Amino acid sequence: MNKKRLMAAGLAVIMTASMVTGCGSSDSKKESKTDAKGSVYYLNFKPEADDQWQELAKEYTDETGVKVEVVTAASNQYETTLKSEMGKSKAPTLFQVNGPVGLASWKKYCYDLSGSDVYKQLTSDDFALKENDAVYGIGYAIESYGIIYNKKLLKKAGYSQDDIKGFDDLKKVVEDITSRKDKLGFSAFTSAGMDGSSDWRFKTHLANLPIYYEYQKDKIDNTDKIKGTYLDNYRNIWNLYINNATCSPKQLSTKTADDATSEFVTEQAVFYQNGTWAYADIADVGDENLGMLPIYVGVKGEENQGLCTGTENYWCVNKNASKDDIQATLDFMNWCVTSKTGTKAMCGAANAMPSGADGMGFVIPFKGNLKSENPLVNVANDYVKEGKTPVSWNFSTMPSEQWKNDLGSALTTYASKQTDANWAKVKSAFVDGWAKEAKASK
Amino acid sequence: MEKSIKRYWPVFILPTMAAFMIGFVVPFLEGIYLSFCDFTTIKDASFVGLENYAKAISDKTFTHAFSFTTVFAIVTLVLINVLAFAVALALTQKIKGTNIFRTVFFMPNLIGGIVLGYVWQLIFDGILGKFDLALKLNAKFGFWGLVILICWQQIGYMMIVYIAGLQAIPGSLNEAAMIDGANARQRLFKITIPMMMPSITICTFLTITNSFKLFDQNLSLTSGEPMHQTEMMALNIYDTFYGHVGFEGVGQAKAVIFFIIVVAIGLIQLRATRDKEVQQ
Repeated sequence: MNKKRLMAAGLAVIMTASMVTGCGSSDSKKESKTDAKGSVYYLNFKPEADDQWQELAKEYTDETGVKVEVVTAASNQYETTLKSEMGKSKAPTLFQVNGPVGLASWKKYCYDLSGSDVYKQLTSDDFALKENDAVYGIGYAIESYGIIYNKKLLKKAGYSQDDIKGFDDLKKVVEDITSRKDKLGFSAFTSAGMDGSSDWRFKTHLANLPIYYEYQKDKIDNTDKIKGTYLDNYRNIWNLYINNATCSPKQLSTKTADDATSEFVTEQAVFYQNGTWAYADIADVGDENLGMLPIYVGVKGEENQGLCTGTENYWCVNKNASKDDIQATLDFMNWCVTSKTGTKAMCGAANAMPSGADGMGFVIPFKGNLKSENPLVNVANDYVKEGKTPVSWNFSTMPSEQWKNDLGSALTTYASKQTDANWAKVKSAFVDGWAKEAKASK
Repeated sequence: MEKSIKRYWPVFILPTMAAFMIGFVVPFLEGIYLSFCDFTTIKDASFVGLENYAKAISDKTFTHAFSFTTVFAIVTLVLINVLAFAVALALTQKIKGTNIFRTVFFMPNLIGGIVLGYVWQLIFDGILGKFDLALKLNAKFGFWGLVILICWQQIGYMMIVYIAGLQAIPGSLNEAAMIDGANARQRLFKITIPMMMPSITICTFLTITNSFKLFDQNLSLTSGEPMHQTEMMALNIYDTFYGHVGFEGVGQAKAVIFFIIVVAIGLIQLRATRDKEVQQ
């Protein structure tokens, strides 16, 4: 009998303890200094900037007393997370869309930002998602991607950036490195990981190039029916990536972007397709060793091609949030892009955060933009200074997630067996899939 | 006693009923309603009629997912039950260490599906990599990979159910049969299996519905690669819901169709095996 009682008492204690801790965790943050109205709930898209946003949110709360909660969706899970979060009674007040296609599904939720302070900070209307006079989204980070390379290794192989002025040069250098792979001790490309969490580098970013050139040629900026005019170029560059990499093209489905990053950092490969956001991960290579090449695909006139520069990160404010919350959110956004702490955290690289951690390293399209310490960003700026034309980000016009997934899966299949029949599958996913998905989304 | 139950029944029934209503009945009805709607989140639904169902049925990946799932369910139904039954028979003989074996066989069931999927993906790709092959490139590998994974996970659980059934058969029946001169084979098919029908009903029901509802393992092991060929119904619904702009309603319609199919198959199967159950 005694034992039973003891057990019951023990269980009761455990139960109350868990209740207390449950409450405690939510209460502890509430120590507001002023009687601030409203709160901010930011659903962040960028996992690589999660730590920084968390810190910035805390900083803002300490400064103003307004509660800011930042939740970051897992890589490739943003839409899923957003959909379920938006259905809740405590929905995000600040969320992101990736461009016109993303906006199409969330427009009903977007607050018109045209009268907001943060919109007035924007340096160019190119970075706003506008429809008529309403501003639904504001781009907050401009990024560039291309082929990042290791200067030291390239030199060791006997080349420099001056040797690479177009696709043919790139191909020659890459294939030469591959032929001397064993002697040099490194490969040309890092593994093009096609695991579902990582294939965005190719199904989205690399696919931007054939789309960009087609749009250029046809003088359009969106379409329901892509023709795939430059798909052969896409095939050439993809062949180059997969056949000169650290791993067999048949093993791509098992590799992730993290694998590629570590291969690049440990100097197993010279070239690595990624963007300015990857700087924090590859900084160990040393700033002096980092360079970036445009992704040449062999289109005429590509000597003047720069890096791919644009944004797929647009801030949107939830229209259905309470008035106080909307105001708090607008204030927070404005603070991020105007205050010293905010701009430093967003633009700075090493030690830019108040705690001494690395900053986000963005270029922000606002008046408060600071000169970047991210060497990759500076490379991108140098290209613009040299008069090279940046390639715009057209992948925000891709009709759906499904289109990207199907393309990715076709690319993986093709990589494992590089036949024309398998390339036809890529083509069909690209062209027919586009028409189908664009129609379905209507 | 009876009087107090009569008086206090709400205390016993109501909490569970409330939980059941909130956690199942209400979302279920709302889900059916939403399958006739166009919506982004559940709060902004607008009625569109049968359009979603038309789109769902005309989707080829959905019909493929259905046939893939059906084949998968049949294969795993046979494999899991035969193997689990065999293991159960072996572990009710008087061998040393049966308890350890039972524990070991049961253990995979304690691991979550997502983790299992990733672990097995590493194992399969590790082996296939030696031959320059990969799991996600070949639908056949994906299919058998899933079968192996599910067998590994569920045989232990079904084994426990079968062991309980075997132990409930009175020893006198087998003894009597032995005296009458029945051999081991006859005893298995004429006595043990008929006596085991209640366990078999439960196990077949569980394996069929589990196979149809399979999601986690499918997502983490193959995620439908290559090109939706190893995509099962639950994963197809998930992809529809999240993969396209404006396809939430279609995903919901697929989910309702999916529900009807699973219920129908479950009921047919229950009736079929129930008929064979015998009274002791």
